[in-house]
Amino acid sequence: MAPQTASWIILFLPIFMAAGILFFGQRSKFVSSGLAIAGAGIACVLSWMLFIQGADLVVSTNWINLGRLDSPVPFTIPIGLSIDALSRPMLVIVTTIATLVFIYSTGYMAHEEGYCRYFAGLALFLFSMLGIVLANNFVMMFIFWELVGVSSYILIGHYYSRDSAGDAAKQAFIVNRIGDFGFMLGILVFWGVTGTVLFSELPGRLDAFHGASGWLAVACVLVFCGTVGKSAQFPLHVWLPNSMEGPTPVSSLLHAATMVAAGVYLLARIFPILQHSPDALTVIGWIGAITCFGAGLIGLQQNDIKRILAYSTISQLGYMVLGIGSAPVSGVAMFHLFTHASFKCLLFLCSGSVILGMHHEQDIWKMGGLKNKMPITFLMMTIGGLALMGCPGFSGGFSKDLIIEFAYTKGPGWFWLAAGGVFLTALYTTRMLWVTFLGAPRSDHAKEARESPAVMVIPLILLAIPSALAGWPFIQKHFFPIEEPVGVPGWVGFLIPGIFAAGVALAILIYRGAPQKDPVLIPFFANRLYLDDLYAQIVRFVQDGTAKASSWTDRWIIDGVGVNFSAKATWACGFALRFLQIGNIQAYAFFFGAGVIALLYVLISK
Amino acid sequence: MSLFSPLFFLTMLPLVAALFIMVGARAQFVARWTSLLMLGLTLALVFQYRVAEGGFQFISRFQVADELGISLSFGADGLSLAMLLLAAVITMSAVWVIPPIKSRENLFYACVLLISAGVVGAFSSIDVLFFYAFHEVALIPTFLLIGIWGSGDRQAAAWKATIYLGLGSFVLLIGIIGLYLAIPSERTFDLLRIQELAQAGTLNPPHWVYWTLLIGFGTLISLFPFHSWAPQAYASAPAPAAMLHAGVLKKFGLYGMLRLITPIFPESIGNTRIPLFGFEIRYLDIFLILIVGNLLYIGLVTIAQKRLDWMLGYSSVMHMGYIFLGIAGLNQLSLSGASILMIAHGLSIAALFALCGALRERTGTVEFSELGGLARPMPRLGLLFGFATMAAVGLPGFANFPGELMVFFGAFGATNHVPHGGFDAIQIVTIIAVWGVVISAVYMLRAYRSLFFGTLPERWNGLSDLAPVPRYAVILLIFVLLVIGFHPQLVLSYVTPAILLP
Repeated sequence: MAPQTASWIILFLPIFMAAGILFFGQRSKFVSSGLAIAGAGIACVLSWMLFIQGADLVVSTNWINLGRLDSPVPFTIPIGLSIDALSRPMLVIVTTIATLVFIYSTGYMAHEEGYCRYFAGLALFLFSMLGIVLANNFVMMFIFWELVGVSSYILIGHYYSRDSAGDAAKQAFIVNRIGDFGFMLGILVFWGVTGTVLFSELPGRLDAFHGASGWLAVACVLVFCGTVGKSAQFPLHVWLPNSMEGPTPVSSLLHAATMVAAGVYLLARIFPILQHSPDALTVIGWIGAITCFGAGLIGLQQNDIKRILAYSTISQLGYMVLGIGSAPVSGVAMFHLFTHASFKCLLFLCSGSVILGMHHEQDIWKMGGLKNKMPITFLMMTIGGLALMGCPGFSGGFSKDLIIEFAYTKGPGWFWLAAGGVFLTALYTTRMLWVTFLGAPRSDHAKEARESPAVMVIPLILLAIPSALAGWPFIQKHFFPIEEPVGVPGWVGFLIPGIFAAGVALAILIYRGAPQKDPVLIPFFANRLYLDDLYAQIVRFVQDGTAKASSWTDRWIIDGVGVNFSAKATWACGFALRFLQIGNIQAYAFFFGAGVIALLYVLISK
Repeated sequence: MSLFSPLFFLTMLPLVAALFIMVGARAQFVARWTSLLMLGLTLALVFQYRVAEGGFQFISRFQVADELGISLSFGADGLSLAMLLLAAVITMSAVWVIPPIKSRENLFYACVLLISAGVVGAFSSIDVLFFYAFHEVALIPTFLLIGIWGSGDRQAAAWKATIYLGLGSFVLLIGIIGLYLAIPSERTFDLLRIQELAQAGTLNPPHWVYWTLLIGFGTLISLFPFHSWAPQAYASAPAPAAMLHAGVLKKFGLYGMLRLITPIFPESIGNTRIPLFGFEIRYLDIFLILIVGNLLYIGLVTIAQKRLDWMLGYSSVMHMGYIFLGIAGLNQLSLSGASILMIAHGLSIAALFALCGALRERTGTVEFSELGGLARPMPRLGLLFGFATMAAVGLPGFANFPGELMVFFGAFGATNHVPHGGFDAIQIVTIIAVWGVVISAVYMLRAYRSLFFGTLPERWNGLSDLAPVPRYAVILLIFVLLVIGFHPQLVLSYVTPAILLP
């Protein structure tokens, strides 16, 4: 098949499948999941085909075109697909993980309601993400960016009769919109100055900023706001842990290859632009460093197995963003995105297996001793955990070390935050694994847990392979080009495994034996640094307060005094009183008649 | 000259049907088939229109008062056709969602068709006086629908809308007359002639005409601070009336701005400076400040609403801000965006009002605090409401998105100050408008959350889902939104050539 056709099929097949599920999926579960898996599977095969062919390609058609008109502002917006060194491996990651998650979902969701809605949502999600990966311009990126937002809204709110799910879905959408506000403004500034939204043309037209690097930095940081929202960077990270209200496979998809990865992918996509603005890169690096450390702190004290993983995702995304800010090529961050996609997907699917085995119990302090009940899940989750912690030899170890070394070259602040993040990751991941799988069962569900069905376990095993191996150079070199940092002293290479080991050791020291509840309590971390509460207060007092005040003004000042009072004052003059008695239409007729008389008067007088 | 343009028949169709219904024809049957016929006829006109040729086609003129330059003339260009199609689609939907009416069913249907006749007449008139008069024809049945079949304090709502819109129309009429008097050495209400003179630069209407037209049209469109009739009227209007008014009739004002303000007044008028509180500010700045009122202030008011009908009423006021911004941008891009947005907003608000009406019909209340979890008993209504919600928040895929996008780009690109010296006023308002997208997400999703998510109160257990006929009526609106959203060029190829710049 011609690569042009293949790329169109990859993009649009999932949306056709989503529409098909919407129309025909009500009839049978098999049709719903079958269509979704077929869409993802075909897209996956075609993506691998493009990846192996390795040819660059751009196909484009105009979506909006005012260019042929004699317009003062020539304007075209293309829908264009670019297949290049960045999008090819990303396509492979996204479609492969999606296929595995879709298959796994048939097991996980087998007895849940809303099966058809769920698979339609997954297919829409895949479509949106593929659009982001393939987009060759800012506007198309933004379009699919928003669609990712709405897909996540549908999926996070899947259990719609739960209040918490409804709130989480709404929050995810709105917080993402706040990020998108900045993104849109960034696009407007770029377009306003350079007159183009094409990624391929922008780097060549940056001269239009006339050396006013301030504006370039502003534009870059505005676009970065989109990443902050979508990739859950501080301070817009709050939606991500709440998004755990969705079904677990959704979390897996959301956190591994789709939504949150989109933000980092955007940065990689515009990296040729970002390179012209060191100030913007500094901002980006700091946000990443703060996020990777801060989320680690919060992760230490969470008790819900999915929330621990959620904060670990935020923290790892922080590393990726830091990687963009510190490394001279975007491949470094994309390398971590790649390894993270496989091990985080694995971890979430494992947690789903645990949750299903535990009859939808998610509190790790109700688990324990699951090692013998669910041996495969335990083994796979340990592999995923080691990769997450950055254990030497596992995939995450390679990619994370690389980012930390680049952070070192840019200054001690980023380096120590990133290195501290390694310690925290090791600590909370070991805690999670230990409390869940080792020791004695802490509840009846934990005593009766059983291994999950094959359709769920097989994707785990398939994902465990890249989680362990994807970091080794013989695999990595096919995916993303990276560089080695220069000027990093040898001790850094020893320090990071040491920090990792120290974190693991400390966790074992604290959680050995079988404590019934967490022996360490740090309310500041457990309450998520009180940021969620702060935001809730801001919404309540600032937003809703001004809203109420405006509403009051509208009702009592503008409408009350301005309209009703003047109306009454007019009636007081007496001449309008009669209309009240006669009725509305007559009053209206009066105005109309008065108009006609006035008209006749001027017509005659002219 | 002849009277017989297809547009004349299109206008007469609902008018005659309304008369038949008044004298006792089977109301539902006649109205439904009339609406179908109207849609078919409009589509035929759209396809008959020669896009490559452009300009006004299907022209007919019938002299009414030759010496005064008044004639009943019809004609349509791409923009009128787009508005006519909007009117036909929404009429169709509004007629088909009408629930069983208990009292005076025939009058109800006749009123709905009369509104339709009025708007179709207005959009196909190329005589400014008849353009105005057809709008008045549409207003009267709107008041009747609110006053007789409305909910809540319907008398007060109808009364306020009557006075307010009556005054607005009056101001507008003064403006139109002012424009007429400004035409040198000629007496004509002919839109084409007026536009021709203006484009040639021989027409220089005085500034007060600009303001009366702006405020007259503005009141009809609910420009801040002349908006307070809107939420109350929409909240108590029966669903078809709210659909037709918010969806189409309100667009009359915007359409009028695109016909009588943007092509006729020179761009310099916006830059006229007047002293205000010790500052020298431009006319344009005053307009922009009012737009901020629509976007930001009304946006906040919308957030504070506790009932769905009021919230939708305010949201429709707020969304006018985007369209005003497009008009203020005064370039091909922003005005095309404004036109798309007119259509998109009409369709999405009509869908929302239709569903709100269906909800009220079932529960008797639209207070957020009393509802919740409704997706369980009414999955289809929930799904359609979700689609309409997403359209209203400007999600890509729906027509609202390309409209907003083009307005943002057009307004932002209206001046080019970046990076030389900060932002121009219109760019700052554009930034506020982009923030408005967040505001509308806040209130729409809050509403959706409190209506359809969460636990279902016991008493709503047995609610029935949307019946097939109203369902397809709403699906029609959503379908058109999606078609334009995926392929905005369809509309642009008609609308953009019709847009005249100063």
